[in-house]
Amino acid sequence: MDWRERVAAEGSRGDRTGHFEREFYRGIYLIRRLEETLLELFAAGRLSGTTHTCLGQEANAVAVAFHLTDADVVVSNHRCHGHYLARTGDLEGLLAEIRGLERGLCSGKGGSQHLCAPNFYTNGIQGGIVPLATGMALAEKQRGSGAIVTVFIGDGTLGQGVVYESFNIAALWAAPLLVVVEANGWAQSTPTPRAMAGSMRQRLEAFGLPCGMVEGTDALEIHRAAGAAVGQVRETGRPAGLIIRTQRLGPHSKGDDSRSPEELETLRERDPLPRLAASLDPEQRRAIEAECERRLAAALTATEGPL
Amino acid sequence: MSTRCAAALNAALAEALERWDETLLLGEDLADPYGGAFRITRGLSTRFPDRVLSSPISEAALFGVSAGLALRGRRPVLEIMFGDFITLGLDQVINHIAKFREMYDEQVRVPLVVRTPMGGRRGYGPTHSQCLEKLLVGIPGLTVVAGSEYHDLHRLLLAAIASDDPVFFIENKLLYSRFQQRGRDGRLGPFLWEEGDSTYPTVQLRAADRCSVSVVTWGGMAHLARQAAEQLAIEHETMIEVLILSRLAPVDLTPLLASVRRTGALVVAEEGTLTGGVGAEIVARVQHEAFSSLRGPARRVAARDAVIPAARHLEDAVLPQVEDITDACLAAAAGTEH
Repeated sequence: MDWRERVAAEGSRGDRTGHFEREFYRGIYLIRRLEETLLELFAAGRLSGTTHTCLGQEANAVAVAFHLTDADVVVSNHRCHGHYLARTGDLEGLLAEIRGLERGLCSGKGGSQHLCAPNFYTNGIQGGIVPLATGMALAEKQRGSGAIVTVFIGDGTLGQGVVYESFNIAALWAAPLLVVVEANGWAQSTPTPRAMAGSMRQRLEAFGLPCGMVEGTDALEIHRAAGAAVGQVRETGRPAGLIIRTQRLGPHSKGDDSRSPEELETLRERDPLPRLAASLDPEQRRAIEAECERRLAAALTATEGPL
Repeated sequence: MSTRCAAALNAALAEALERWDETLLLGEDLADPYGGAFRITRGLSTRFPDRVLSSPISEAALFGVSAGLALRGRRPVLEIMFGDFITLGLDQVINHIAKFREMYDEQVRVPLVVRTPMGGRRGYGPTHSQCLEKLLVGIPGLTVVAGSEYHDLHRLLLAAIASDDPVFFIENKLLYSRFQQRGRDGRLGPFLWEEGDSTYPTVQLRAADRCSVSVVTWGGMAHLARQAAEQLAIEHETMIEVLILSRLAPVDLTPLLASVRRTGALVVAEEGTLTGGVGAEIVARVQHEAFSSLRGPARRVAARDAVIPAARHLEDAVLPQVEDITDACLAAAAGTEH
C-alpha cells in the first residue's frame, strides 16, 4: 500500500486527526532514511558507482506524487530516488537496482540515475528529459488518456537550451505537461546566481507557462502548491510550471560538498522534515519512524549481494 | 519503373499515415503548400492535418519530443531538413533514443524514424552538403538505413516506420529527382541483378558472371559506382560487382563477403570524408573474415578530409568522383600495392 492509499484508507475509517500529516511524514522520512543509508553504504565501500541524493528535497516529491493518478507519467533526473519512492513505494526494487542486482528495476543496467517503471522514467543527462516529457505529454493527449506528465528538473538545468525549445513546443502544441523546478540554489558546486541571469519564473512565463512558486519550507504549503499546479495542467490540458525553492542538504553526489558548515547549517534550518515532525504526536511519530526503519532494514537484507 | 524516388518516399509516408493511426510526421516546414524543403511531405498535411506537424526550428527538442512520443506508443517520423542539422540532436540520439531499450532492460521500445537528406553535388556549401552517417553507425542501439534508387524505397521506408526500434533513414539529396532503378528477371540494363530478401537488402549489380573487383557502396555513391562499372567494362574490359547496401548499422556483410571470395579484391566507396569513415569499419571486418581471399589491399574511395566548398569546381575536387572509383578498381584488379 503506498502512502496515498494509506491516507485514503485512514480517512475512510473516520480517524482524520492529523492522518494526512502523518502519512506525508512517512513518505518524507522513508526517502530521507534511504538517502542517508546510501551515503553510508558508499562511505563504507559497500556500493559502487555513483549516486545523487535528494536530502532536504524529499517533500517536493511526496507533495507532487500525492496529486497524481496511476495513469499520470513522471519523468525525473539524476536526483530521482525520492521521486521514484514517492510515486511507487518500491523500496526494494530501487535498492536492488542501485546494488546492481538482476531483480533491480533495470536489472542493474541503469543504476541510480537511469530508472524505469510503468509510467516512470529517469535519465542522467541535464535537460534532455524535458523534450522527452513534452513528447510523452503530447502522446497522452493524442491517445485521449487524460493523463498528465510531470517532469522534475533543477535550477541548474535551466542552463540547457533544449529546455526552452521544449517550453515553446509544449505551449504551442498544448502539451499537458507540468514542469517542476526544484530550485536548490546550486548547480553541482556553482551557486545559481553565478549560473543564471534574470528571473527563473519569467523564463517559464515567457513561453506562456503559468508558474506557481513556493518560497517556504512548510511541507503542507508545498503540498498545496503542487495540488494547484497539477490541477491547472489537468483542467487546462496545457503546460504549467511550479518552482519550489528547496535545499540540498547533502553533497551533489557522494563526498563532493564544498559548501561551508555555516551555509549548511542555514540550509538545515529550512529543512521541512523536523518542522513536520514537531507537528505530530510524538508517539505516533516514533511509530512511523520505527516502521520506516523496519522496511528499510528488510529491503537492505533482501538486496544483500555483490557490490 | 517510372517512379521518382521522391514520389516513392511520399507514397510510403502516406501509406504509413493511412495504415497506422499512431503514425505522425514532425519537422520543419512540412505543411502544405510548402510540403517540406525537398517536398517529400507534399500533400500529407492536407490529408492528415492532425498528424503532420510543422515545427519550430528546434532540432534538439524535436528529437526529444519524438522520442517521448515513441516511448508512449506513437510512431513518429521526424524529418530533419538537412542531414547536417542532426548534430543539434545528437544528445537525444546517443544518450536517450539509442539507449532506452537496453538501459531500461527491455521495458520500453522506441519506434522512431528520423528521415534526413544528406550529400553534396548541389553547391549548397560546407554546412548543407555533408554525409554524416559515420557519426551514427557507431552508436549501439541505432539502425542506420541509407537507401538508393536501386532499392524499393517505398518498401524500405515503410519497413523503417514499422520497426519498433529507432531507425535513421538517410536520403541522398540527388535521389529525390531520380527514377527508381529496379531489376527484372535477374537483369538491370547490362548488369546481372540480385537483391537479398531481407528487410533491408543489399542489391548486387554484376557486370559479368566473373568479375575481378567487389565495390561496396550506398546512398548517392551507388549511382557513381554504376557509372564506374559501365566505364570499366567498356573502356578497360574490367568487370566489377557493385554491392549497394541499404543498412549501414547493424551491417550485414554476408553478400559482400561472398562477393569478395569470388573476386579477390575490395573497394569501398563512400561520399563522407575518409578518416574514421564507414568504409574503415567495412574494410576491417572484411579483412578479418576473408583475408586469404584478398589479392591485395582493400582500397577506399571517399571525400577528402576537408570542408565541402560551395563553388562547384571546388566541391568536385573534394567529393569522390567516378574516376576515383575506376582508378581504385583498376589498382585493386591489378592487385598492386598502390
